[in-house]
Amino acid sequence: MTSSIVLVPDAEPDAAPRGESRKKWTLDRRYLPVLGPVLVLVLIFALGGARYDNFLSGRVISNLLVNNASLVVLAVGMTFVILTGGIDLSVGSVVALSGVLAAWLFQNGWPAFLVIPLAILVGTVIGTGTGYLVQKFEIQPFIATLGAMFFARGASFVISEASIPISDPTIKWIASTRIRFSEEWYLSVSGVIALVVVAVGFVALHYTRLGRTVYAIGGSEQSALLMGLPVARTKTLVYVISGTCAGLAGFLFSADKSSGWSLNAVGMELDVIAAVVIGGTLLTGGSGFVLGSVLGVLVLGLIQTIIQFEGTLSSWWTRIIIGILLLVFVVLQRLLVLRRRT
Amino acid sequence: MTAPKTGLLRSPLFWPLAALVLLIVANTVATSGKFLTLRIQDDHIYGPLVDILRNGSSLLLVALGMTLVIATRGIDLSVGAVVAIAGAVALTRIASSPNPGSVSTVLSAIGVALGLCLLLGVWNGFLVSVVGIQPIIATLILMTAGRGIAMLITGGFITTVTSAPFRILGSGYWLGVPVSALIATLVFAVVAVATRRTALGMLVESVGINPEASRMAGVRSRSIIWTVYIACGLFAGLAGLIIASNTMAADANNAGLFIELDAILAVVIGGTSLAGGKFSLTGTLVGVLVIQTLSATVTFVGIPPTVTPLFKAVVVIAVCLLQSPKAQARLAARRQATVPIVSEVTA
Repeated sequence: MTSSIVLVPDAEPDAAPRGESRKKWTLDRRYLPVLGPVLVLVLIFALGGARYDNFLSGRVISNLLVNNASLVVLAVGMTFVILTGGIDLSVGSVVALSGVLAAWLFQNGWPAFLVIPLAILVGTVIGTGTGYLVQKFEIQPFIATLGAMFFARGASFVISEASIPISDPTIKWIASTRIRFSEEWYLSVSGVIALVVVAVGFVALHYTRLGRTVYAIGGSEQSALLMGLPVARTKTLVYVISGTCAGLAGFLFSADKSSGWSLNAVGMELDVIAAVVIGGTLLTGGSGFVLGSVLGVLVLGLIQTIIQFEGTLSSWWTRIIIGILLLVFVVLQRLLVLRRRT
Repeated sequence: MTAPKTGLLRSPLFWPLAALVLLIVANTVATSGKFLTLRIQDDHIYGPLVDILRNGSSLLLVALGMTLVIATRGIDLSVGAVVAIAGAVALTRIASSPNPGSVSTVLSAIGVALGLCLLLGVWNGFLVSVVGIQPIIATLILMTAGRGIAMLITGGFITTVTSAPFRILGSGYWLGVPVSALIATLVFAVVAVATRRTALGMLVESVGINPEASRMAGVRSRSIIWTVYIACGLFAGLAGLIIASNTMAADANNAGLFIELDAILAVVIGGTSLAGGKFSLTGTLVGVLVIQTLSATVTFVGIPPTVTPLFKAVVVIAVCLLQSPKAQARLAARRQATVPIVSEVTA
């Protein structure tokens, strides 16, 4: 039902000449779910451009990545987990923990070259823990990562309840540097890092053995096992990847805000899951793309931008609109799956 | 209920019960006995244990609905949002009425709030059973949008009201027992009778094991799945009213925050598998008591309440680990010579 191999329907051997001319018009059905966020993005840009001056500007688009860099990193990690049919609820708390840890270490005079790896590593460690629980003890991903979520939130409270400002020069540099291509187009350091993570995620999923195993497990774990793929190792590894991404995202989050707070990123895991789903990844696993998830994050970011531009709309409309979008996308995906089956 | 009669240690309720007893003993020792004291004042029973029952009643209500949903291999993430909406609707209606203290106002407010929550349950159930969306996503939609809706109802303010009849729901006593605990007990009894004294419970379990096979066998899978989500929404609404009555303020942001996670946790601690197919209401009750006692422990022993999540994490992981190898060992004994069965990927 969620097979990752989908044939182009027109590719019948006997209809080669006609099929070839028609093939140009038939998009590989695998990419259909990704078409959704693309359409929505175009729609929002059209709507925003028509309603507000300055909406269709480089600054709005540049700010999109500046503001959502950590969300992009999280979405990449989450895509790996969801592709195997799992879920990671701990990422929001790990973002908070990693940020608080970094801020606290800086406060105690640790140098940046030690703090940065440690902040990322804390995510890796928690990811390894959950991966181990899921794989070795067969605890459902939902519960194992829920435990990790409570653990990380609690641990960040133990480190500090109050927000800790960061005054380290490296962090100041990360937070304030803008790589400018022109007056309007620019990237932040965290944006560049996020793009690198997306590139690495993309290559890992599509051009490595690990990526193919991830898709295979999501398609059918039993088949993957029978094919002799390293299912156990890969299932643990996706949580390690997601945890590491969360550690990195937490560091970027706190660097951009120049502070670490244990109440940061409450509920962020839901935004990430919503972004991944809107980006066309099926929660049953086996089907989806990293780039789709990035588009999903951009959709969420643009909705927020629209609501800021509108000014009079209260912020809670963001939640409602995201909910409605989620509904539309999920129903569309469902129809797609039904059509595929017939 | 599902406990095999082969000894206490093998009962699925053994570890959660052990955790509960351990927590109570630790509290009693830490407070040098004060934890177990009960005193009667103005015909009301007071004491730490009563507080646990009173504060745990809303969680028990949510967890009961969640147990049924999980038994059908589903999950309901939206209960926290439903809790917020129920409180927002009831309090906004009471606040806007000319006579907030009258019983009829309160009853109509309660009726409207519960009716709306019923509809939200119908919505969730529709998405899951008719449209066929995975439960986790179907309910994620309402979880995301729900707090926004609650905000819309309260207009973004924390509505506070003074209404004596509404207050009874959360803080009142009847025959010396907290009203909220009575409500939760009543609902528990109704659910227990409906599922264990009729075939309903078995049907719910059969749907959880295999909805398609159940349908072929003549079970109305769709109606049963739909019903459990409606029940879950209704119970969450009731819990929302109790929570709102406790604070007498409709806080769209914080009412019932993370209650869905606590409820799922309680259900899992109680031995109900997220894979569906079997459930234990008694287990859920024990799970709720464990979580509520854990929260109380933190306050009693004097640990800052913000550290509660850490303790929760330790208990969750410990209980799940203790339940898991045992299950594995049991499975291993059963399938010695056969190929390991990989759990089917649900579609």
